[in-house]
Amino acid sequence: MTEVASTYDTTAEISDDHILRVDNLVKEFPITRGVFFKKQVGAVHAVADVSFYVKRGETLGLVGESGCGKSTTARSILRLLEPTSGDVWFNPEGGDPVNIPTANKETLRNLRRELQIIFQDPYASLNPRMTVASIVAEPMTVHNVGTKQDRLDRVKELLKVVGLSPEHTNRYPHEFSGGQRQRIGVARALALNPSFMVLDEPVSALDVSIQAQVLNLLQDLQEELGLTYLFIAHDLSVVRHISDRVAVMYLGRIVELADRNALYEEPMHPYTHALLSAVPIPDPEVESNRVRIILEGDIPSPANPPSGCRFHTRCPKAVEGVCDTDDPQLRELAEEHWVACHYPEVRKVF
Amino acid sequence: MAEPLLEVNDLRTYFSTEEGIVRAVDGISFTLDRQERLGIVGESGSGKSVTAMSIMRLIEPPAGEVVTGTITFKGRNLLEYDEADMQDIRGGQIAMIFQDPMTALNPVYTIGDQLMETIMLHQKVSRKEAYDIALTAIEDVQIPGAKSRMETYPHELSGGMRQRIMIAMGLSCNPDLLIADEPTTALDVTTQAQIMDLMLHLADERGTAVMLITHDLGVVAGFCDNVQVMYGGGIVEKGTVGQLFANPQHPYTWGLLGSLARMDEEEQHRLRSVRGAPPSLINLPSGCRFRPRCDFAVDVCAQAFPLLRDSGEPGQESACHRANELDLKSIVQEEEVTA
Amino acid sequence: MTDTRGAGERLEELDAVEGLAVEPITQWDLFWTRLRRHRLAMVAAGVLTFMVLLVVLAPLLPFEDPTQRLLDDTGRTLRNIGPRGGILFGTDELGRDVLSRVVYGGRASLIVGGVTGALVCTMGTLVGSIAGYYPGPVDQSLMRFTDLVLGLPLLPVAIVVGRILPDVEWLPSWVGDGPIGIALLLGFLSWGGLARIVRAEFLSLREKEFVEAARAAGANDRRIVFRHILPNAISPIIVQTTLIVGIAIIVEAALSFLGFGIPPPTPTWGGIVSEGGRIAVRGFWWQLVFGGTALVVTVLSINFLGDGLRDALDPTQTIERK
Repeated sequence: MTEVASTYDTTAEISDDHILRVDNLVKEFPITRGVFFKKQVGAVHAVADVSFYVKRGETLGLVGESGCGKSTTARSILRLLEPTSGDVWFNPEGGDPVNIPTANKETLRNLRRELQIIFQDPYASLNPRMTVASIVAEPMTVHNVGTKQDRLDRVKELLKVVGLSPEHTNRYPHEFSGGQRQRIGVARALALNPSFMVLDEPVSALDVSIQAQVLNLLQDLQEELGLTYLFIAHDLSVVRHISDRVAVMYLGRIVELADRNALYEEPMHPYTHALLSAVPIPDPEVESNRVRIILEGDIPSPANPPSGCRFHTRCPKAVEGVCDTDDPQLRELAEEHWVACHYPEVRKVF
Repeated sequence: MAEPLLEVNDLRTYFSTEEGIVRAVDGISFTLDRQERLGIVGESGSGKSVTAMSIMRLIEPPAGEVVTGTITFKGRNLLEYDEADMQDIRGGQIAMIFQDPMTALNPVYTIGDQLMETIMLHQKVSRKEAYDIALTAIEDVQIPGAKSRMETYPHELSGGMRQRIMIAMGLSCNPDLLIADEPTTALDVTTQAQIMDLMLHLADERGTAVMLITHDLGVVAGFCDNVQVMYGGGIVEKGTVGQLFANPQHPYTWGLLGSLARMDEEEQHRLRSVRGAPPSLINLPSGCRFRPRCDFAVDVCAQAFPLLRDSGEPGQESACHRANELDLKSIVQEEEVTA
Repeated sequence: MTDTRGAGERLEELDAVEGLAVEPITQWDLFWTRLRRHRLAMVAAGVLTFMVLLVVLAPLLPFEDPTQRLLDDTGRTLRNIGPRGGILFGTDELGRDVLSRVVYGGRASLIVGGVTGALVCTMGTLVGSIAGYYPGPVDQSLMRFTDLVLGLPLLPVAIVVGRILPDVEWLPSWVGDGPIGIALLLGFLSWGGLARIVRAEFLSLREKEFVEAARAAGANDRRIVFRHILPNAISPIIVQTTLIVGIAIIVEAALSFLGFGIPPPTPTWGGIVSEGGRIAVRGFWWQLVFGGTALVVTVLSINFLGDGLRDALDPTQTIERK
């Protein structure tokens, strides 16, 4: 099996059907000592060589537990953080691909009209001192789009699109509930008609009944506006619901990437097995028959990741002499099903 | 039938704020038997945590106050206890575990000191004996290297480890009741599974009843026997876990279940979602509190406050005027057919 | 039963549920409504307006010359006369009119307070925001400089420098021995605290998601600082600045009391209080009480107004909407 499997090619050109292609992305945060003469004594390897692509119009889910580097990946893609190394090719429709990490200021500024982000915390992501109108209009203001009146009209239109009243323009964020604030965040992200949106845990701070409202809204918008989503979440149920393909991250690496149903029905990486088996399913009948794979210990520190396979310290299948020395690469073990494991095995977990 | 371990009757806990009186818990009644695992589910502001705080008598006047009701624990009303007696109950017979273990542990004392303090507070034992009990407690929660862990400070431990310590502390005095308020919400999903399994296993061994407060219906489905759903300060539905998930009687429960994405379903259909937002606890709607968000509301819902009554299977209760005429279960099935 | 309507169609219901549809209110209206609700701040604003007008317009009003002694019909100096008709606040040891000394003394004190406040606010905010926004060497050097300034003991340095200044030939005389000189000196010595506060605010605000959102929208540093960070740091700036204004007025008084302030015969509140304090023990209370009251009322008013401004500029303060 290993001979046939191809490893992920990070040198290929971005294909026309792909809107984004990430090659060997690395983001390290230096650990420094000293006040005056800072000396680097180490680094947190938050994102350690991550490669994937996003197809035009799809939703790619990026899941993992806290500290796995999923949010850092998203922020490095958008260059809200400067990536340490790697390429991020963005391929606008009818335009030439741009490599975001090396783009100059002007190109980057123009790119920002195409790339948008929605944040997790609907309380922290809206400036408490700005009115809804100025918040939603901000991307337009920044890019000098239209007159003041044009922008106000667009804000009202956007508020309607996300299910808020256009009369709310003069209100401040604190006057809204969590779900409504998240809608304001969505309206802001839509202001410049972007084609690609990063959704960084967009519903995890919301109550269940409100989560469903926002998820439905996001799905409707995707359908109506032809958006592509990179959906980052730790909630595996929500990710299966909204994604077309899913990538699982562990300690700065993608360990498995596959079509939604393939990943949930036929997961191959032992970490994916454990992760899926741990998620409680809201059905007592299903729950009573489940076997949980309980992982030993805690996630190691990304400042000092284990040698070889990063998961070997907790892996029930780890083989000494292989897993603790050889770093497994992502290999395509079934069509579009990529796994980074020396001993992959299909296992149904529910 | 034997006397229940805990019986809460018409409990009302109000908070006074500048904007008005917040009716956080407004007339709830329920019982909890020995060794029962009861789940209390609700969204933020539903009153589930305030219920727990009221039982523990942790509501501090003048901000908040238990206005009426009784909380009968082993035959005596906790609301009549004085503070000194209550301190014996807290941590001794009723233990509580919080969502954020970091804030519940004192950062300047070692884990061992804090465990021993709890033990010596509730049991007449010497320092040496307390040390041994604490050590066993840490071993029980499966923390490797228990001896050296006694000497560590809370910040040196991961979130999951800290929550284990909280469980060790909570169960060290063999309480009759363990109240766990969102014990795994701050933890990752793989750690969550570890902690839930461990907590319930230890509780079973000791014959401790568990009241699990959570917003996560999945956790309830996996770990509880009975469940009650709270909304706007009241209980809207209760029953066994099997009954409630298979055959919800209240439109809110039904809506909540429909809002959940199911990881185990290959066909992902559109989520049902409950429109609107939870009510303000200061200006509660007239009649049924869920009425403004309910798809099935009729005139009577605005006029009369619905009380809990038998609905669905034996033992199942719902606070909905239309519970017996609505067939929510078949609506679900219809949806699945059309989807 | 699934809600398949468009988001827009669900609107009316949402509004009906939450009663959110309202008349638009401008931000300026909100600010005024909030400030007006703060009764203490409104009183303080009135008091300060009155003080400033009085002090500015003093030469046009029928006050005595604060430096000249009052004489009676026989040409004798009216020393230590208690308050009475015509001489409302009495006279001092040298026979000067206390009322007009208090009014003219307010000029010096208000100039000291105002100029110091303006200087501290500008320098503290500038240094603090640059340090907080550009971490690394810029931040480090600015903050070490701030520590240095903070390390200077206010009174001794003020006394020494205040002594030297009038003798520096190339300085214009109004800097040398007027209230502006004192104010500049106090200002340069007191911005450190505010700089530290502003830096801390910037450090925490620059990590906020709304700042990240603005960056993701393509906003430049200028917009991020002036539109997103600074408005959210305004409360501590206002509070600290009003505190400094009050302190500056009191320090000027202390300097005068020690004999290092603005030299006589120019009246200052500090001078009046120090002279008056000495005299008042002999029963001539009016020489202390009026000047002291003016000083205390002004300092308190500035702090109350600061509180009011802070609350009024904070949109999260609850407000009744009609």
